[in-house]
Amino acid sequence: MPKITYITHDNKSHTVEVQNGLTVMEGAVQNDIPGIDADCGGGMACATCHVYVKEDWFNKLPKKEDGEEDMLDMAFEPKTNSRLSCQLIVSDELDGLIVNIPSKQT
Amino acid sequence: MIKTDALIIGAGPVGLFTAHQLKLIGLDCEIVDNLDKIGGQCIELYPDKPIYDIPAVPECTGEELTNNLINQLKPFDIKFHLGERVDEVKKEEKNWIVKTNNGKSFSTPNVIIAGGVGSFEPRKFSPKECEKFENKSLFYSVKDKKIFEGKTVTIFGGGDSALDWAVELSKFSKVNLVHRRDEFRGAQATLNKVKELTSVGKINLFTKYQLVNINGLNKIENIDIKSDDGETKNLKTDYVLGFFGLIMQLGPIANWGLNIDKKTIAVDTEKFETNQKGIYAVGDICTYPGKLRLILSGFHEGALAARACFKLARPNEKYRFEFTTTSSNLLKRLGKKE
Repeated sequence: MPKITYITHDNKSHTVEVQNGLTVMEGAVQNDIPGIDADCGGGMACATCHVYVKEDWFNKLPKKEDGEEDMLDMAFEPKTNSRLSCQLIVSDELDGLIVNIPSKQT
Repeated sequence: MIKTDALIIGAGPVGLFTAHQLKLIGLDCEIVDNLDKIGGQCIELYPDKPIYDIPAVPECTGEELTNNLINQLKPFDIKFHLGERVDEVKKEEKNWIVKTNNGKSFSTPNVIIAGGVGSFEPRKFSPKECEKFENKSLFYSVKDKKIFEGKTVTIFGGGDSALDWAVELSKFSKVNLVHRRDEFRGAQATLNKVKELTSVGKINLFTKYQLVNINGLNKIENIDIKSDDGETKNLKTDYVLGFFGLIMQLGPIANWGLNIDKKTIAVDTEKFETNQKGIYAVGDICTYPGKLRLILSGFHEGALAARACFKLARPNEKYRFEFTTTSSNLLKRLGKKE
């Protein structure tokens, strides 16, 4: 199973195995990793599963669909490397992905 | 004090259908919602997005679903209390006393929480100093536009609210419009208008900038905005407006003595009752083994909670299960029979 690393705002690193087909958001929620709220449950209807992705990984990820960037306007402190983790579907290509969780989601 | 058989908190799809079920079995109910309109997440988050998993409705938008549910309530007289947030729920003898932020109070044996993921609140600026100016010279909505006359107003955001207010206020104020990227998600026609006003100097447009500092003693004097490449600009401004959409906060529900885990309320699957007798939770806000966050599940939960309300509201009567196809009682309530 692909390994995904979540770095929380206090710089703690959490590496977990996430099944292919789940989203990076679900990987965090199911493993009780703090800092991802995912209020809307993965519907791209809020912006509370917001993560930052370092450049090398950011460019390897599938491009944002329509709507994700609009929703990121409403995120807490969005940056150019912001993504919604509910839109990142885990696959073997994402093995080793590192995401940083912002200090808060709202 | 308003007396009712059941009070529903939340006017989203599940709250609406629960009201239908209560009225159908002959109970009164009233609905409170923090938003100023009916529909909850369906109307606030995805009015135009199609939904494909409502039984017998192959495709409908959040707005259409809401309108259909409102139509389904037409035979009944239901009082809505919109723009009110329930702040307090307390037990007094056998009834729950429910109070809103605007001072309304209700007395009822049954409270049904159909609150989605909590109440919608405006998303705020991140710098801490913003708080001290809030509702004085920094706002997340406009109540009285006259206060901006002849002043400098800096508007943040890229959606319809930001664009609409930039156009409107440019008629009598000096307007700066700041957005974190070049693309705007507001209506194209308004965006064209903003660009036109920018080209004639009525609006100063700053894209790829975000707020980093806000300065002033009792009122805002100037602010610092920073670009993606790290360039900082200082803008003199009298007022700051932020339009970053709404977020959902569990809010006061957390203080009502309910069993809450990860922003959801634990319920049983017979009555959808919480750990407090006479308080139920239905829809996205409730949790139990196997819970699915689907609208259809919420409809089921509301139907069962409504039957549970009957026992507390009519302790001396026996609830009898009936079908709308055949029961003359139900058909009378639906206005289909004299």
